[in-house]
Amino acid sequence: MNYFPDEVMEHVFDFVTSNRDRNAISLVCKLWYRIERLSRQRVFIGNCYAISPERLIARFPGVKSITLKGKPHFADFNLVPHDWGGHVYPWIEVLARSRVNLEELRLKRMVVTDEGLELISRSFVNFKSLVLVTCEGFTTDGLAAIAANCRSLKELDLQENEVEDHRGQWLNCFPESCTSLVSLNFACLKGDINLATLERLVARSPNLKSLRLSRAVPLETLQKILVRAPQLVDLGVGSFVHDPDSETYSKLLTTIEKCKSMRSLCGFLEVAAYCLPAIYPICSSLTSLNLSYAPGIPGSELTKLIRHCRKLQCLWILDCIGDKGLGVVASSCKELQELRVFPSDPYGVGNASVTEEGLVAISRGCPKLTSLLYFCQQMTNAALKIVAQNCRNFIQFRLCILDPTKPDSSTNEPLDEGFGAIVQSCKGIRRLSLSGLLTDQVFYYIGMYAEQLEMLSIAFAADSDKGMLYVLNGCKKIRKLEIMECPFGNIALLSDVGKYETMRSLWMSSCEVTLGGCKTLAKKMPRLNVEIFSENNEMENCIDDEQKVQKLYLYRTLVGPRKDAPDYVWTL
Amino acid sequence: MGSGGGGYEKDLNLEATELRLGLPGTTSSTAATDQEPEARHARNNKRSLVDRCEEEASKDASRALQKDHDSAPSSKAQIVGWPPIRSYRKNSLQATKTETETSLTGIYVKVSMDGAPYLRKIDLNVYKGYSDLLKALENMFKFTIGDYSEREGYKGSEFAPTYEDKDGDWMLVGDVPWEMFMTSCKRLRIMRGSEARGLGCAV
Repeated sequence: MNYFPDEVMEHVFDFVTSNRDRNAISLVCKLWYRIERLSRQRVFIGNCYAISPERLIARFPGVKSITLKGKPHFADFNLVPHDWGGHVYPWIEVLARSRVNLEELRLKRMVVTDEGLELISRSFVNFKSLVLVTCEGFTTDGLAAIAANCRSLKELDLQENEVEDHRGQWLNCFPESCTSLVSLNFACLKGDINLATLERLVARSPNLKSLRLSRAVPLETLQKILVRAPQLVDLGVGSFVHDPDSETYSKLLTTIEKCKSMRSLCGFLEVAAYCLPAIYPICSSLTSLNLSYAPGIPGSELTKLIRHCRKLQCLWILDCIGDKGLGVVASSCKELQELRVFPSDPYGVGNASVTEEGLVAISRGCPKLTSLLYFCQQMTNAALKIVAQNCRNFIQFRLCILDPTKPDSSTNEPLDEGFGAIVQSCKGIRRLSLSGLLTDQVFYYIGMYAEQLEMLSIAFAADSDKGMLYVLNGCKKIRKLEIMECPFGNIALLSDVGKYETMRSLWMSSCEVTLGGCKTLAKKMPRLNVEIFSENNEMENCIDDEQKVQKLYLYRTLVGPRKDAPDYVWTL
Repeated sequence: MGSGGGGYEKDLNLEATELRLGLPGTTSSTAATDQEPEARHARNNKRSLVDRCEEEASKDASRALQKDHDSAPSSKAQIVGWPPIRSYRKNSLQATKTETETSLTGIYVKVSMDGAPYLRKIDLNVYKGYSDLLKALENMFKFTIGDYSEREGYKGSEFAPTYEDKDGDWMLVGDVPWEMFMTSCKRLRIMRGSEARGLGCAV
């Protein structure tokens, strides 16, 4: 069957970069499997407990870049207790021992320690890129080790991590010889920054394309940095407050005009609205704008700004922009592909929020929209139907009505028909989050129409087990299912146990599944880890199979129950 | 106290002042009928949101999650895990919430300088502290302020920055903590010459 020598096959495979495609290649025959695995450089592991580092290295000895994810997604919303797991140290240890030539490590929702960071910095000579997203457990001391020891560091990207700031001089630890930085993001750090050191670091990094500053970096320093780095493509502003009559501010105006490569802007962690006009000159070339962390900018200022951003493809904003403001977005940003509207007051009922009107306006003005995250006060079926008609290309559709069981605000009916319209119209939908008053009917639609659905998040929905059954039976490609506060019980859980081996994971909290049901499932499916979380070990002592399980997290794995589970986790 | 009763009680409108549980405008009879349509819409075995919140709130107090409830101010019960916003984002919202209120409105005060033809206006919010403010004033009016000391005020120049406080008194800038100054300052005046020297400067 094979007419080409291995090197040629490998060369051909080099052009195949997507992991899914490479996984498919490796299934063709033993020869292709071998060639593919020896040449694979990037590996993505969606659940760090599904496989072990030893097996990873055995199959892919040439791996250079590893992406690992730890805690379940609902850990983001405080549903997973502390110390659940997701420790990366064991991975780093094994990788270091096996002399893998690791160049890049990307972690999400994992526990990272200073020891781990230090071990990385000392073990991998060619280490280039560290990306930590929503991780915790480390301090600026660990960052100092990375800065000091990674001679060819290109990327240090810290996104939304909980970092203990020891106010040490970690920035100082970048040696004078370090000139390779391309991307530096320390926006999530809370402590003071040595500004002079930062300026010098930027000055000796000619390849710097992306820089995201923390709140501790004032406008004066930003101006000096931009003078040194007018080639920046992506900028995260720290503090943006200054007397607009000052010399510093007018210097900033001239400096910003020279930043012709700027395409992406975010941050503004501290901002005075009347300083915003300084960025108008670069707005016309921006493709990405994230103002969702910028406190207190009135809707009127936001819309003034956005009118200048006609090339915007990605916009993250707070709901104080209002429905009218979204109307301005719709008329100005015709290229918009991704929109996220976050609540500025999640627990209150302010007038600074958005409704179905804003979403309809967006759908009318931005037909290229593929990704939506929308926190709103209310929604209607009619609006969702209009959205479904106008935007048929949604890949991600996440709607969050702040009052989770709120019905259609004009008819008081459930929102089944609206969401049904979305899944029917958007044939390529891969990720869906529902909210509002919902019955089993919406799940019927999802099972029927959402053929490409991979991730579904549900809360406070459905009437019976039928809801979950529709999804499990209908959605052939579902990989992650996360459910909270729904009346799904053992019948739904146990109807198709084999299904869970085709999925990455299932999360069910505050549902109707019982201990007995989970035990049955665990017994039938040895290659699943069925984890039950209990309060105070009550579960282990309890022999009552009828007891409802508070939190259930199950996932497929090739390496059996994990050894680092804390006391409150019971793996059946 | 109760509904019904004699004409005398009706005149007194006791019902209006009656202490009762329930939404304003409902009586015990209307409350029951209002709830029924709701129940028909909701699922049979679905607990109401309020019940669920109360159940959550009364659960084991040692839950690590409880600390998030304690820190967030709320008048209605909060459900764990809802709305689905990352803690990082929630924390940064809370941290800047108080700041938001002041930076939205701005604290604009007039600034006059003895001998200058017209006044200026500045936003006190823009400045981080006294040195920031005084530097800006020096820039704005092209003069130099002396060094501040508690004992002698601003020594070394013929200018003294003063402000009118909420009581209408003229105070020397710099005596009270910055935050207190921001909230009590109504207007600024840069005094000059002999008048300035009278305010605490060594004669």
